[in-house]
Amino acid sequence: MTDRPQTLRPPAPVETHPPLTTDVVQVGGLARRGQPLIPRIGRTVWSTLVGIGIVISHAWRSRDTVQYPEEMTYLPPRYRGRIVLTRDPEGEERCVACYLCSAACPVDCIALQATQDENGRRYPEWFRINFSRCIFCGFCEDACPTYAIQLTPDVEMSEYERHNMVYEKEDLLISGPGKYHTHDFYRVAGLAIGGKGKGEAENEAPPTDVRGLLP
Amino acid sequence: MAWYWQLLVTLGVLVVVLTIAAGLIWYERRLLSLVQDRYGPNRVGPAGLLQVLADTFKILFKEDWVPPFSDRRVFVVAPSLVLVTALLSFMVVPVAEGWVVADINIGLLFILAMSSLAVYSVVLAGWSSRSKYSLVGGLRAAAQMVSYEVFMGLSLIGVITLAGSFDLSEIVAAQERSIYYVFPQFIGFVVFLVAGFAETRRIPFDLVEAESELVAGYHTEYSGMKFGLFLVGEYVAITLVSALIVTLFFGGWLGPWLPDVVWFLLKTLVFITLFIIVRGTFPRPRYDQLMALGWKVMLPLSLLNLLVTGAIVVARAG
Repeated sequence: MTDRPQTLRPPAPVETHPPLTTDVVQVGGLARRGQPLIPRIGRTVWSTLVGIGIVISHAWRSRDTVQYPEEMTYLPPRYRGRIVLTRDPEGEERCVACYLCSAACPVDCIALQATQDENGRRYPEWFRINFSRCIFCGFCEDACPTYAIQLTPDVEMSEYERHNMVYEKEDLLISGPGKYHTHDFYRVAGLAIGGKGKGEAENEAPPTDVRGLLP
Repeated sequence: MAWYWQLLVTLGVLVVVLTIAAGLIWYERRLLSLVQDRYGPNRVGPAGLLQVLADTFKILFKEDWVPPFSDRRVFVVAPSLVLVTALLSFMVVPVAEGWVVADINIGLLFILAMSSLAVYSVVLAGWSSRSKYSLVGGLRAAAQMVSYEVFMGLSLIGVITLAGSFDLSEIVAAQERSIYYVFPQFIGFVVFLVAGFAETRRIPFDLVEAESELVAGYHTEYSGMKFGLFLVGEYVAITLVSALIVTLFFGGWLGPWLPDVVWFLLKTLVFITLFIIVRGTFPRPRYDQLMALGWKVMLPLSLLNLLVTGAIVVARAG
């Protein structure tokens, strides 16, 4: 410790801050400070008047308020509002009734029942979202493997009766593909359904004959 | 003076004061939002004017709840005191030449007495609520209003010395003979203005309510129309202080061209507006700063004003 070079700086002079007060109340401490009295009274009065002037000048500035029912704030396309069920580019339901959205939902507002059509294609027999519970967290959208369930920038869904907040499948299902225009789950999945056998999906190689002798 | 004229003036003052107090709900909200880049209530009726009615009906139909832990009788009486004292003070304020409910020759003393009584309302409300926030609010009210009462009275002595009367009508008449007392009594005017803010418990002297620390101060436990009485009482007090400033320092009903009453109302409205603009401007001081401002600045200032005024009056007389 003794022969080490001094790396510590000498302690900085302690800064004495004036008490955190406003101009109005600094008047109360007039006698204590070291500055001349008269200019300080003048400054205090002046700053008070300037403050009032600034406040009055705000009467002519533009309003921050958005007059809501007539005007609408901009909601970005990825805003998390009303939930919809989308269709693939062929117009079929994207939802494969995997229950992942229902499992991901932290407030358990999604309920559905899976079933299959004659082609072996899964879809929800019924699909129900209770929007009086929904917190619009978007976890269902994240969980969905087929981009079927999506949140939209629509928040105007108030109801006078609570049971009207429960949306059934026909309320949720929209006619378009939503955010992912070209995505078509059954065209990229390696699953054989009616009308599409193994290896016929996009970018999918035909299945290997495991019993064949060819390399 | 005919008895029906007296009755007319009495009813007129009562109705107009209460209407103004109710209208101030709208006026304050609109004006405050105007200077805060907002719109304020603009939905109910033209320019939101019917908001007054909506607010009144809402507050009338609220549940009138008395907390079971409160001191029931005092709790119920306290809110009415604030309104009653403020309305009684209006008794001696002349609205125009001869338009005064009770022309008593100690009008100003009467008003000071009433404003001292108004302290009881706040203190008792805070005390009887038996809640810590109310109690702290009530204690602050006691200290603040007792302190500011002192130089509120002192600041008016200058005016009384000049006019030679406690009678408000006489003070206005004296201003007609000389000039508006705001010029010779400018310091008195400033001190009275500050004391008026403190007496009405308005920002920047609203430590009694101080919503950021005391929930709502002395009226934390109040709801419904009992809370409404505090609200209306505050607005009546604002109107009263504005009317007093106009009467004592700005020549009351005096003014060219327009009728007396119109001048009085216009001048009063200017000071009501000042009250609201100031609310939009200043932050709330700390409690010790409030006390320091009162005792170390305002009291010496009003005493100095009194000394100089008295000296000049004596010198000119003798």
